[in-house]
Amino acid sequence: MYRFLLRRLVASLFTLLVISLLVFLLARGSGDPRSLMLDDYADPGQWEEVGAKLGLDKPWFAAWPPWDSQYGIFLVNAARLDFGNAISDPRTVSELILERLPATLQLGMAAFIFSIIIGVPLGILSSLKRNSIWDNMGKLVALLGQSMPPFWLGIMLIFLFALRFEWVPPSGRQDWNSFILPAITLGWFFVAANMRLIRSAMLEVLDSEYIKLARAKGVSPPGVVWKHALRNALIPPLTFMGVTLGLLITGSIVAETVFQWPGLGLLAYTALIRSDYPTLQGIVMVFSGMYLIINFLVDILYAYIDPRIRYS
Amino acid sequence: MAGAAETRQLEVGRSLTAGASLSLQWLGRRFTLFFSLTILGALVVTAVMAQWMAPYDPRRGDLDDKNTPPAWVGALTMERQVVDGFPEDENTQISVNRASNLAVSGKVVSLSGGTLTREQVAAGDQVLEVIRPAGSTEFLLGADDQGRDLLSRIIWGARVSLIVAAVTIVVGGSIGTALGLVSGYYGGWADEVIMRMVDIFLALPLVMVALVLAVVVGTFSVPYLPMKEIHMIALVLSLFIWVRFARQVRGEVLGLKTMDYVALARVAGASTRRILLVHLLPGVMNTVIVVGTLQVSVVILLESILSFLGAGVAPPTPAWGSMVADGRDFLKTAWWVSTMPGLALLLTVMAFNLIGDWIRDALDPRLRQQR
Repeated sequence: MYRFLLRRLVASLFTLLVISLLVFLLARGSGDPRSLMLDDYADPGQWEEVGAKLGLDKPWFAAWPPWDSQYGIFLVNAARLDFGNAISDPRTVSELILERLPATLQLGMAAFIFSIIIGVPLGILSSLKRNSIWDNMGKLVALLGQSMPPFWLGIMLIFLFALRFEWVPPSGRQDWNSFILPAITLGWFFVAANMRLIRSAMLEVLDSEYIKLARAKGVSPPGVVWKHALRNALIPPLTFMGVTLGLLITGSIVAETVFQWPGLGLLAYTALIRSDYPTLQGIVMVFSGMYLIINFLVDILYAYIDPRIRYS
Repeated sequence: MAGAAETRQLEVGRSLTAGASLSLQWLGRRFTLFFSLTILGALVVTAVMAQWMAPYDPRRGDLDDKNTPPAWVGALTMERQVVDGFPEDENTQISVNRASNLAVSGKVVSLSGGTLTREQVAAGDQVLEVIRPAGSTEFLLGADDQGRDLLSRIIWGARVSLIVAAVTIVVGGSIGTALGLVSGYYGGWADEVIMRMVDIFLALPLVMVALVLAVVVGTFSVPYLPMKEIHMIALVLSLFIWVRFARQVRGEVLGLKTMDYVALARVAGASTRRILLVHLLPGVMNTVIVVGTLQVSVVILLESILSFLGAGVAPPTPAWGSMVADGRDFLKTAWWVSTMPGLALLLTVMAFNLIGDWIRDALDPRLRQQR
């Protein structure tokens, strides 16, 4: 098991390293940050001075020692979660990210819970009553979940429930009811995904020999479903749910922009509009890191649940 | 191998009998297929013939037609009490955009110069001010905030969506298939490198990185490329789409390469290139087609998200995503501006999803049970 986890850990770290390289190249490829920080009338001396402060006078990669190159400095600082100063804000990128992180985590959790409390029962129902109205409703939900553009769903929800009926606020993060629409927008896709997974896992399990045995020896129908079938059917969706959580947290940019939710997604969006590349770099790195950490934890959980992985 | 073929045949048989016994469900499948093929056909025709089908110029509108509602939406009126010959208003005259904008006590008063004068209304009259005129067949789906016909813009937007989807699938699919073939067939370090790359692309926050890339790439100047921005978006997206092809194709190749016919081809002296292109590629083609159709909907959604966030297809060119964004500020007064292009997106993506599912079932009966 430790070999397996060690291998995954090394792979994750390597992935993060390559992502940092990509992020670095993207930011450098977008142009000289000085052209955004200084106005057109800055004299060459000032230009040089800012360049030296930011380390722009150093080579990108080819330097000795290697950590004295621009990429090296970026990497060393990123490892300490220091992404420099934001261009569009007097604070540092880390401060900005820390300030916005809770909102994103809360929204991700809300969407996660939403996707489970709707998706899982619907999946179980439609697997138990195949081709019934529940099953067809489930299929429709799954189809809509895959096909609905998330930003449009959000806007339609705002139009109906915030502007027409005025049940919930149209945007921002205030009371508990301001969570409802963004969470639905963000979680909608995963309602469908959870439903499909649970349904197919349940169908597979219900078709197995040990369920037939349980039925034959006279276990009550609810007992078969809840004790025998569901527990075994939950393993594949459970791992997927871990991945879902990562995707929900890092995929919040659309929902946050539509609802002006003060999280990392909105921060990334405004940073992009203002060409604030240090902030963008920081957010992409933090998101990728979080995604990898969550996946790593899921791997541990999975190995814990499923002995076949632990001993391979 | 014989075992695999046997179970495959068994499952085909099982699903055939299941289909016969559930003719109602079968009818439903038929209907969804008909429905999605109709939408797809309409979409392709629209995209190809946009310049002949669109009633108006999608880029130019008359501000007089700002936010005109769709044909079936009625007028929005507000009742006002006339005091001393004038409505309760601080102005001495009601200024209106159109001559027909005011109805007094049920009968329309024709106005000169868009204003209402003292002679036309008496004190105590109930005045019905038309805040927004009713829709007309002039603009079937209404007009946006710049007075542009939404139907025409949706028709032209179909072209954008389909071009992006086609280019992305062809480019990303080719790269992914090639890398998947190499990775599956060679194994070893090539496999390791390619699969690590796949992992990396899967770990990236997709929308965000695509967004940054689209903005960065948008600044490149490419000479002699028609519709440059559309192709650029497609290239950015294919960077993320190849991964899905590579994974599936690799898995398929891992199974295929142990087959006897591949070994025989090698013994007969076929070159690696020949084995890859002539013996393995046709074998994975089904998978490529299935992944390709299913990814079309993903690509269209991604493009619309980028356009919605303002990093996709730039404003004057109509793209469905940016059209939805246009209507955000007028939701309360003109809901149709956001709704109509979103519906077009929803129907299109749904059609591609249904067709993708259907093709998967048709080409690969083994997958049918997993649904």
